[in-house]
Amino acid sequence: MSERLTGVVVAHSELAAALLAAVAAIAGDDHGLAAVSNTGCDRAALLNSLDAAIAGRPAVVFTDMPGGSCAFTAAALARGKGDVRVVTGVNLAMLVDFAFHRELPVEEAARRAVEVGRSAVGTAGR
Amino acid sequence: MLFRIDDRLIHGQVVVGWGQRLGVGFIVLVDESVRANVWEQELYRMGVPPEMDVVFATVGEATEHLAEWERDPRRGILLTGDVDTMAALCAALPEVRKVNLGGIHAREGRTERLRYVFLSPDEAARLRDLAGRGVEITAQDVPTAKPVPVAELA
Repeated sequence: MSERLTGVVVAHSELAAALLAAVAAIAGDDHGLAAVSNTGCDRAALLNSLDAAIAGRPAVVFTDMPGGSCAFTAAALARGKGDVRVVTGVNLAMLVDFAFHRELPVEEAARRAVEVGRSAVGTAGR
Repeated sequence: MLFRIDDRLIHGQVVVGWGQRLGVGFIVLVDESVRANVWEQELYRMGVPPEMDVVFATVGEATEHLAEWERDPRRGILLTGDVDTMAALCAALPEVRKVNLGGIHAREGRTERLRYVFLSPDEAARLRDLAGRGVEITAQDVPTAKPVPVAELA
């Protein structure tokens, strides 16, 4: 059986840790996700933190803003690595779903996260 | 034109925080490493809205083109990733009169001056030297923050 995927959420301020707490509250703490904050980091420090969180495992990296330091760093780290994919615009729905689909191949898991995340965005009420 | 030192280069605080508030039309990134790396340039281009132009330059190219950028009716931000590069620009271009310290993060040999500004003794000395030559230097990470004069941190 192949290794289950790791998920790493890298985001501004305390967002990643807060999202993981929310995932744990919904799906339990066996979610396979790690949190990385960009607070206090230049590009090199953030790259090191993210690399340490991935630890050479196949991973999906979730970032917040597509044009932010977290996304740039994740894209730089994933470049040329077949087993790391980056998904921008992280939301809770995609993380909860990811927690239950970590057995998927990394490419498929990333694609699924994008679909689930997109489908979770909409309007409600009147 | 806003002259800013920010070791995260083009990122959310620059594009959204300053870009939206100032109505910025273009960003000039003066960084020798990014200038030499087409892939990194594409990455940074993807991170800015399509209506915002991005120019990548070496110090030499920035020195050559600054007057032209200053004449551009759109507002612009010129970014460097470190104190040395901005000091080199200021030395070559006396028309740079104001510098914004936006983010210089912790690294060995640096001490904390503000939550988002860490300086080595050499960097602090270089900033003091620039200030002594009449360049107004303030630290301000986002437009809504109070600018902190360099005399309070270097």
